Amino acid sequence: MTKLDMELLDLLQEDCRLPLEKLAVMTGSTVTEVAEAIARLEEERVILRYAPTINWDKTDRDRVEAMIEVKVTPQRDMGFDAIAKRIYRFEEVKSVYLMSGSYDLLVLVQAPTLKELALFVSEKLSPLETVTGTATSFVLKRYKEEGVIFEGDTPDNRLVISP
Amino acid sequence: MNYERYLNPAIAAVPPSGIRRFFDLAATMKDTISLGVGEPDFVTPYHIRNAAINSLLDGETQYTPNRGLLPLRKEISRYLEDRFGTPYDPETDIVVTVGASESIDIALRALVSAGDEVLVPEPSYVSYSPSVIFAGGTPVGVKTDQSNAFRLTAENVRAAITPRTKALILPYPNNPTGGIMERADLEALAQVVREKEIMVISDEIYAELTYGDNTHVSFASLPGMWDYTLTINGFSKAFAMTGWRVGYICGPAAILTVLNKIHQYGILCAPRQGQVAALEALRMGRENGYEDVEKMRQSYDRRRRLMVDGFRSMGLDCFEPLGAFYVFPSIAKTGLTSEDFCARLLNETHVAAVPGTAFGACGEGHIRCSYATGIDKLNIALEKMADFVNNL
Repeated sequence: MTKLDMELLDLLQEDCRLPLEKLAVMTGSTVTEVAEAIARLEEERVILRYAPTINWDKTDRDRVEAMIEVKVTPQRDMGFDAIAKRIYRFEEVKSVYLMSGSYDLLVLVQAPTLKELALFVSEKLSPLETVTGTATSFVLKRYKEEGVIFEGDTPDNRLVISP
Repeated sequence: MNYERYLNPAIAAVPPSGIRRFFDLAATMKDTISLGVGEPDFVTPYHIRNAAINSLLDGETQYTPNRGLLPLRKEISRYLEDRFGTPYDPETDIVVTVGASESIDIALRALVSAGDEVLVPEPSYVSYSPSVIFAGGTPVGVKTDQSNAFRLTAENVRAAITPRTKALILPYPNNPTGGIMERADLEALAQVVREKEIMVISDEIYAELTYGDNTHVSFASLPGMWDYTLTINGFSKAFAMTGWRVGYICGPAAILTVLNKIHQYGILCAPRQGQVAALEALRMGRENGYEDVEKMRQSYDRRRRLMVDGFRSMGLDCFEPLGAFYVFPSIAKTGLTSEDFCARLLNETHVAAVPGTAFGACGEGHIRCSYATGIDKLNIALEKMADFVNNL
């Protein structure tokens, strides 16, 4: 990772629509250097995608989210990777993390209705042979995601003009 | 009732800040993007705020010593020595003040007698000249200009010195121009100071904010200059602590003793929680290599480049600022005065900038734009300004 790489990642995480020309200006590089660095970061899968952070609660689409703590029996030679892979392949699953502490995998699940989410847990997740237990917590309200606060602007308390 | 006969005519005659009119206008508009803000867009780092909260919870609500908490003065002393190579004895050479502003005020009042002249570079921060007048002195402007990167030249200073000249204000890195003084520039100036024996009030509040290969050179660190210098600094810009109002002034004990009398009788001490927060800022900074400061500096640097490029793309002549967080492009090409440009810009595009003339007559033809604002807003402001300039 070069200094330019890190600067580009910081800037893109803030606003991934910044054009190459502006990125070049801000990092003191040429457009070619920036384009090459970004292409490399994409190829190395450091940058995975460019997606907006959306407050779905403000849309008409219904959806239910839950965080499921999953206890599993690790498999010989594969550890947790094989079971994680089986879980993350379900389309309802948004994220899967291997955790330290009292459970093994944290699974973020999303479904259009409570019923469908419950069905996912009872019919897809729990029956997996290595899963020994689940604890499901539903998301009631989202305050902050990816560093973005959802409700209420952080006010700029500064005077409009100061010396 | 007519109060004129009660008022001190010298004070009453000082014109209000040129910034005021734009502030009143901009404050009434709802969707203004302001490039007129002279303070960081960061909130004070959490650990610093927390130190002040804990101090309150612990019941630390009393006065501090006049010169400030001794542990803070010790940290300031270490900081200045480590960062800028200027040694100051925490017992005798440092006074903690209510922002760097109080330091400017008491420095001038301690030095200036009626009729004394003080050299004030132009363009520069709005309060120097009024403070000289409040101290009973006469401010004498020394021009700097873009052709010389807004640096103060030894020739111009020499030409402005008269037998009444008591002191020179040295405001670098500079607000509003973003100009800096490199070592060679300061050495030339030191020659004049040595020869003419004037005091230098070096306002180094933006010392941590320099860009490119330039690190700030403190005037007092030059051979022989410590004796002639009052160094002013503070926490507002480097640590994003404007509202805490904590600054400090350092210099020879014989001067600080007199200057401290004004502080002692007039102010008593800087607010305690501000001092506690400042102490935390320096202590933690020393431990983590001034991580917070460096993060903020890098962020300003990107935005600085964006702004310079933006103005140059509009076809305006824009000097590359190497310090502080302002750009000072020339709008002379548009044929408008600085005031007219800013007034029309505000009315027609709701982008607020400050006319260069607010910082001295020789700021005519320039506007000051602060880039201590989010990149998204800066980009919108630049687009609006480009449209505005193209349609003139």
